[in-house]
This record gives sequence, structure tokens and C-alpha cells, in this order.
Amino acid sequence: MSDIKKRIRYNKFWNYLFLIIGLLSTLVGLLLLCVLMIDLALDGASRLNYQFLTSYPSRFPEEAGILSAWVGSFLVLLVTALAAIPLGVAAGIYLEEYGRKNWLTDIIEINTANLAGVPSIVYGLLALGLFVNFFKFGESILTGGLTLALLILPMVIMATRESIRAIPNSIREASYALGATKWQTVQWHIIPYSTGGILTGVIIGISRAIGETAPIITIGALTFIAFLPAPPLTPEFPFLSFQWLMDPFTVMPIQMFNWVSRPQQAFQQNAAAAGIVLMLMTLIMNGLAIYIRYRFRKKIKW
Amino acid sequence: MTETSKAETKNLSFFYGNFQALKNINLSILEKKVTALIGPSGCGKTTFLRCFNRMHDLYPHNRYEGEIILLPENTNIISPDIDPIEVRMHISMVFQKPNPFPKSIYENVAYGLRVRGINKKSALDEKVEKSLREAALWDEVRNRLYGQAFDLSGGQQQRLCIARALATDPEMILFDEPTSALDPIATSKIEELIIELKSKVTILIVTHNMQQAARISDKTGFFYLGELIEYSTTDKLFTAPAVKQTEEYITGRFG
Repeated sequence: MSDIKKRIRYNKFWNYLFLIIGLLSTLVGLLLLCVLMIDLALDGASRLNYQFLTSYPSRFPEEAGILSAWVGSFLVLLVTALAAIPLGVAAGIYLEEYGRKNWLTDIIEINTANLAGVPSIVYGLLALGLFVNFFKFGESILTGGLTLALLILPMVIMATRESIRAIPNSIREASYALGATKWQTVQWHIIPYSTGGILTGVIIGISRAIGETAPIITIGALTFIAFLPAPPLTPEFPFLSFQWLMDPFTVMPIQMFNWVSRPQQAFQQNAAAAGIVLMLMTLIMNGLAIYIRYRFRKKIKW
Repeated sequence: MTETSKAETKNLSFFYGNFQALKNINLSILEKKVTALIGPSGCGKTTFLRCFNRMHDLYPHNRYEGEIILLPENTNIISPDIDPIEVRMHISMVFQKPNPFPKSIYENVAYGLRVRGINKKSALDEKVEKSLREAALWDEVRNRLYGQAFDLSGGQQQRLCIARALATDPEMILFDEPTSALDPIATSKIEELIIELKSKVTILIVTHNMQQAARISDKTGFFYLGELIEYSTTDKLFTAPAVKQTEEYITGRFG
């Protein structure tokens, strides 16, 4: 009897030991993130104000701001999303619903998985050759957006495929059995039911793209921009202008990098403040992804 | 009532790759009757059923041989010249597990009509109500047509799937073990419904449950290892089977 109790105590000891190890391991990540946030906040909070968000960069640290950087980031990511979502979703749907399983789709599948792991600077080199030098898009928002679109395309394709695969085959059969074509099935079932998963993948892709510096520097984005791109709306006919696509730009991480590399202490504070804004943007996007996933999961059960 | 054929299979064979799942099946399905297919698991009865709406065409390496003649049109619906979509426009199907779309009850029933390009609200409303009434579901859902189909019980979901299959005025409905996922009460409702439906439409049903075949069908076919062992009126098959294997199966000695 007492032997058994001893045994149980011994077994429980190991159980508790892992509990503690696991908890500590979890806390390491969390604590580091907290320390990082607090450190950034201590350095940069004093610079976080309206003026900081609405000013161009400047030689004088107290006058400098991130207006051109966040507008640049926003526009680049807009182009990224507009390019990556249709391409990635169409490719994912094709591979899952249309493409017959053969050696060709196998090769495509392996390649997509590999592309997701290619270092981002390699995409920068590709984009420099393709968009800047070949298509002559210049060092523009268009080039930046398309470059990041290439970068997140594998993620969008994989997210699309995963969420399409989660749709039970019985739903497809129900649709086909009523005489639907493949496209009718895709349009009325596959796309609506996988939207949650696709959007989640897209947002996570974009929140990765927002922090990318290397490929943007490779294509030659400027580090000091004291003007905004051309406005998309104009007073004259046709009221819409796409000139902004061709304008030079900077993005948040480049602006940060620029400030960090300066000797003055005050610029370090600017960099920290920009870091806070960048992190908030990422957090908001990740929160949005979680919310969307939750909403769609609640709506659809199989 | 005169007995006319709705469909006839002539030397129907079916292959999953190199595996022959059906061997020279010859069988005639009577119009506006219930034809039941029984047999142990893996005997080919579901494979046979799914030939009638060309479901096998959705997957690679499947091959038909022989003919399924749909009457009175006299067309061979498994001929490669016939578009499987056209076949499915005439012959609808109810599956083993209720599989409503994660949409509203209304949209589930209206779906087949929308596939056919019918989008007028009044036409859809009328057809949805008629189909739900025919599927004996109208009274239970009339006040929540726009509610989620998934909030219905399993038996209601299966009746919704029957309404969905009825909405397109099919000539024939295929039932693939429609009650195997349901409790006895829901099962008896579906059985009553099938008996009622045969005044309107030809029914082919696969069932695991021999009592069910005996209760609802006019003709029964016994499948074993891809072959049609015996096919006759349900009364005769269950009371005086002509083949020894049939007798052994219905008396529970194998299967």
C-alpha cells in the first residue's frame, strides 16, 4: 500500500516538474515581449504625439515625424493586398478544386512550400531585376507593393488551400448532385466557406510584410522622403489618379532604420516611437485576424 | 397501376482503377416505385447508385462499361457523350449523412433552382414552400426559413436535404442509406416520406437495413461482391428468395 503511495508521489513529482518547466518556458517568451514593449515605451512614449504622426522627417529630431513612412507603408500594403489576394486565392482554388493530382501539381505544391521559406532579400533581388529594371516601374510604390505581394503569395496560397481542404467533401457532392458546375460550386460554396481562413492567412501575411525592410531597401526605396505621393482623387476629370503608384516612397521599418543609424540620442527616441506605432499596427492586424477567424468559425459548422 | 420502366441497366460494369466494383448488372427500375438495394458492406450497392447521377465522374480513374438507359427519353446516361451535369439536372440525390449547406433553410432548398438560373423571388418562394411541404418539413420551419440549416435536428436536416432534392422536379431520386445516421423516430418519418413521394417520382434507395427495404420498397435487389444476385418484388425476395445466397443473407447467416 505504502509502496503504491510512494510510486504515486514519485510520478506526481515529475508531473509537477514539467508543469514548472512548461510555465517558465511560456513566460520567457511573454516576459521578453513585455520587456521589449516597456523598453520601447520608455524610450519613445514622449515622442508619440499628433505632431509625430503628421510630420515629415527632418534634420531636427524634435520636428521629425513618420507621416511619409506610415502613408508609404499603408499604400504599399494596399498594393500588396490587391495583388496577392486575387492571385493567391485563384491559385489556391485552382490547385485544390481544378488541378488533377499529378506530377505537375506535386511540383507546384513543393515549390509553393519552398517559396514561403525563401529569404526576403532574394525577393528583393528578383523584384529589382523584374519590376525596376525590366518593367521600368522605378523605385515606386507599385514596385514595393508587388515585391511584398510576391513575398506573401505563398502564404496566401497555402492559407487558401488549407481552408478549402477543411470543407467536407459531402458539401461539394451535395452541390454537384444538384447539377452545379465546378465554378458554381466554387462561387457559392468553396469561396464563402473558406473566406475566414483565407482572410486570416492574408492578414498574417500582411502583418509580416509590414515589417519587411530588406526587399524594400533592395529595390531602392528612399530613406528620406519629405513629401506625400500624389493624391488618388483629383479635382479635374476623371477625378481618379494613379500617379501615386509611380511615386517614390519610404516605409516604417526603413524610417526606423534611418533614425537608429544616426548618432544623436533624440533620433533613437524617434526610432523607438516609430517602433511602438509599427508594433501597434501589427498587433491590431493580428487581433483582426483572430476576430475574423472567430466570427467565421461561429457561423459555419460542419 | 401499370408497370413501366424508368431506367434499365444493360451489362453495367464499373471500375475504380483496376478494381471491378460492379459486374454486368442488368436491372430494370420501375417508374414511380421504390426500388431498394440491399447487401453487405462493400458489395457495390452504393457504387451502383452513384452511377445514376454520374457522381463517379467527379473523381479520377473511374470507368463505366455497359449502359444505363433512361426512359422514356431512351438515352444512355453513362455514355461519354452525355454531360454528367445534364444527368444530375434530371436525377437528384440524398446522401448518407445529412449534408445541408451552411446557409439558411431557404437558400438550401433554393440552391438547385439558382443553379438552373432561377432567381426570381416569387418563383423561388413558391417552389421552396412546395418542396418543404412535400418533404413534410414546412410546418416545422415556416417561421424560420432564414435561420441556419445547421440549427435543425439531424432528422430535420435530412428532410431538408430531401426538400432540396425535390425542388428541381427530378424524374428520379437516389437515396444512399438516408437513415443510417438517424434515430428510430426520425427514421420512420423519412420512411413515411419516401412511401408518399413515390406517387410523384421514381425512387432508388440503398439501405443497410433489411426491415427498411421490406417496409418501403416495391422491388428489391440483393447485391453481393459486385454482382446482382437476385432481383424481384420485395414480397417475393423476403418470403421466398430464389437464390440460396439471398436466403442466407436475409436470414442473417452472413453479411
